Amino acid sequence: MRWGLLILLLALGAGAARAETPADFEAQFAAEARQNDPSYAGASAARGQQLFGTTHGGDWSCSSCHGKDPTAVGEHVVTGKRIEPLAPAANPQRFTRPAKVEKWFKRNCNDVLKRPCTAQEKGDVLAFLMTFAAKGTR
Amino acid sequence: MSRRMRAIGACAAAIAASFADGAGAESKRAPLPPQYVDECGSCHVAYPARMLDAASWQAVLAGLDQHFEVDASLDPETLAALRVYLEGNARQKPTSAAGEPLLRITETRWFRGEHDEVPKRLRQGPEAVRPADCTACHRTAEEGSFSERNLRLPKRGEIR
Repeated sequence: MRWGLLILLLALGAGAARAETPADFEAQFAAEARQNDPSYAGASAARGQQLFGTTHGGDWSCSSCHGKDPTAVGEHVVTGKRIEPLAPAANPQRFTRPAKVEKWFKRNCNDVLKRPCTAQEKGDVLAFLMTFAAKGTR
Repeated sequence: MSRRMRAIGACAAAIAASFADGAGAESKRAPLPPQYVDECGSCHVAYPARMLDAASWQAVLAGLDQHFEVDASLDPETLAALRVYLEGNARQKPTSAAGEPLLRITETRWFRGEHDEVPKRLRQGPEAVRPADCTACHRTAEEGSFSERNLRLPKRGEIR
């Protein structure tokens, strides 16, 4: 019984350690980008906005499903499924779970760019998403 | 016949009835597994396992990196967990055509049979419903419930 409690507490602790904030991801992408290119000068929301709204020669852009306004609810372009807002200010669950962030960047970059995104691109998109304030505070 | 025997008989009859329409072991009222909804219900309705047979689900899971031209790849642990649910609750009657497992629910014989009374205006033209969007008519589809009681066809001119 006592061991069970200990294991439970350890599991909870491990779970808490994995919960992150958008700022943690910004730092992580910047560190990776700097590793790839020592002259990396930091994320750019303008580049991120450009990447987000461009089809890159394919059929879709990020905004095809996430919408032009990342603080608004999106709609999947094929299925019509409701997609919760992507900007952390409008949806506090975004950019809090590494496995989820990794999974969706992998999938969606393949869908839109036909290749994985670089750390710099991920950082730029996140910087763009972080420029939005919560609704009503703008 | 003892009371216990009668109870067993009733259970057997109920189980037999639940299989009679070819649906899987999963009750139509059972909630969908949260992990399945989380992983497969982000881009479309989390289609209940009973809509395709095990061979069809195997084929779907084998091609998730190119899932209807979208990358829906999963890590191996998640994939294994979803496989247990989908194949364990799959449709008993085959969902294949010419010996090949069908991947699209809308192409299965049962689906086409169930939807043959859908008015033409909802099938083609400006008011056509997207085939993947069950919720256009089945208002409780997100919860895995497709009962006719919760069915409501979009009215003429209703913009979705």
